[in-house]
Amino acid sequence: MAGKTLYDKLWDSHVVRKEEDGTTLLYIDRQLVHEVTSPQAFEGLRIANRKPWRKSANLATADHNVPTTGLDKGITDPVAKIQVETLSKNCKSFDIQEFGMGDVRQGIVHVMGPEQGATLPGMTVVCGDSHTSTHGAFGALAHGIGTSEVEHVLATQCLIQKKSKNMLIEVNGELNPGVSAKDVVLAIIGKVGTAGGTGYAIEFGGSAIRSLSVEGRMTVCNMAIEAGARSGIIAVDDKTIEYFKDRPFSPKGSDWAKAVDAWIELHSDVGAHFDQVIKMDASEIQPQVTWGTSPEMVVDINASVPDPDKESDPVKKEGMKAALVYMGLEANTPISEIAVDKVFIGSCTNSRIEDLRAAAEVANGRKVAKNIKLAMVVPGSGLVKTQAEQEGLDQIFIKAGFEWRAPGCSMCLAMNADRLEPKERCASTSNRNFEGRQGNGGRTHLVSPAMAAAAAVNGHFINVNDL
Amino acid sequence: MKAFNTLNGIVAPLDRANVDTDAIIPKQFLKSIKRSGFGPNLFDEWRYLDEGQPDADNSKRPINKDFILNQDRYQGASILIARDNFGCGSSREHAPWALEDYGFRVIIAPSFADIFFNNCFKNGLLPIVLAESTVDELFTEVDVNEGYKLTVNLQEQVIEKPNGNSIAFEVDPFRKHCLINGLDDIGLTLHHVEDIRSYEEKRKKEAPWLFSS
Repeated sequence: MAGKTLYDKLWDSHVVRKEEDGTTLLYIDRQLVHEVTSPQAFEGLRIANRKPWRKSANLATADHNVPTTGLDKGITDPVAKIQVETLSKNCKSFDIQEFGMGDVRQGIVHVMGPEQGATLPGMTVVCGDSHTSTHGAFGALAHGIGTSEVEHVLATQCLIQKKSKNMLIEVNGELNPGVSAKDVVLAIIGKVGTAGGTGYAIEFGGSAIRSLSVEGRMTVCNMAIEAGARSGIIAVDDKTIEYFKDRPFSPKGSDWAKAVDAWIELHSDVGAHFDQVIKMDASEIQPQVTWGTSPEMVVDINASVPDPDKESDPVKKEGMKAALVYMGLEANTPISEIAVDKVFIGSCTNSRIEDLRAAAEVANGRKVAKNIKLAMVVPGSGLVKTQAEQEGLDQIFIKAGFEWRAPGCSMCLAMNADRLEPKERCASTSNRNFEGRQGNGGRTHLVSPAMAAAAAVNGHFINVNDL
Repeated sequence: MKAFNTLNGIVAPLDRANVDTDAIIPKQFLKSIKRSGFGPNLFDEWRYLDEGQPDADNSKRPINKDFILNQDRYQGASILIARDNFGCGSSREHAPWALEDYGFRVIIAPSFADIFFNNCFKNGLLPIVLAESTVDELFTEVDVNEGYKLTVNLQEQVIEKPNGNSIAFEVDPFRKHCLINGLDDIGLTLHHVEDIRSYEEKRKKEAPWLFSS
């Protein structure tokens, strides 16, 4: 019998029943819940007089709408306030554990879950958020779902699914100096395109991926959805197991040894079949900067803004032209000549302790440039914030002229007060450079934490190695 | 869920690739705790010249006359033709809610993003994948024929053109069944309660730590 891919193994171990046409009832081990995509799901349960199937499989926190400053005043936006309060009310009435505002464990769902050991290797993990792919970094099958499916999982602990195809993206070789997990995944998206992974579960492998820390792997899997794949996964290794030791929800006592025995099997077998394999050479990856309004519109820091006239595909050409107009950029402008107005370090892609350390290393002893209106650092959770403060990172940022904020999704999607004004240009460690994503008319350039900090102290993009 | 069987409707063209769910319904409207009322803010940043706010009166806002859905000839459209990777980005189900609330029941494109595609079926919205050349033809025909309509027959899996030609399309049999009968997925799954329980019993023995918290 042919070997199984990691995705095959995760899928097979969660099949509750399978119909002849392949439609499968798949068991879900963990659902993370936040305030934006859950109210209608809870309402649906209420209307149908249903109860959560297994309430302890759910864990909630508010992240999208929470303010990152002036927390003593609470949420001043009345509409957002109702939504956050609705989450708390729903969690109370359905008896679901929630880390509310003011709890040090509160944070972005995709930072909070692994930090608590609430998402573990071998699990199926869902959340009403497309960046749920993050949790694939430690050999879990994780993907975003819509609100109807949030309700479905609450009511049945299952999802109706069809299996995706298998894709392997292998990055081999040693990473160049200044190149982080973010640069790797942006380079991958640049190569496969934003729809390249549609219909696939992507396994990331190769020596360059293995060399990444667990947090770095989370950054890579986080953006699998930006390549079109609902799930990104990475095999379990010693780093993964080490990461989950002694976390609050991690297995305890004799269960720990049993779990480790199961987890070390979470890798693709030799000879397993992938429907598509893409190989990349790590030595060819330089620090990346997006120039357009889709994450696939990305180039090296040493490159220039591409010229639509050199694109032969007419739909692509029009897309590039529209992106340049929206971004206020001229073709062939060197990326390093683009000045920015704001800098955002945070989001489920890059707000963990290692991200903050990388940014702080660049900020240390430097000052935010005069043309920068705002440079902000938003830790991914209260625990990340506390640890960063224990390490003195907050002081490095504050001394350099950055604002040090409270945890949340913040300016990644600008549902709270943190946002770009029309035509403002931002170096952002988040995951989407779509039109209006960070504020109506705002212009987003996606970069790594080190590159964002470098842009902050330099006023325009610069190769972090050239600082 | 609203059942879907046959639809005869005006076709509107949205000629750009990678239309993301942030464009379909911008984030400020996601603060609502309801699942209806998103239609007036569908494509908000393209449709209006100012910035929309939740609960604001949209009827008095300045309209972007260049945006396709604001043109007289596409008023009342219920079929949207689009380009590759429609619905990419965020998993927000507010995107299909907004499209449905506006009046769309069918979206035709060469490809869709996975999560959006899936969300459509939960809301009585039929996403149809057709070959790029077929979609190209539709764009051309819509452009030159004012009031261009198509008839979409889900039971027969066929789209009938005004000139009498027809286009066959594929749809997953299970999803087709649910859509035609307006079935609620949860109700269907709860027919398999015993299967779920026996899976849990087996799994508890293999991986007890998954059930300890």
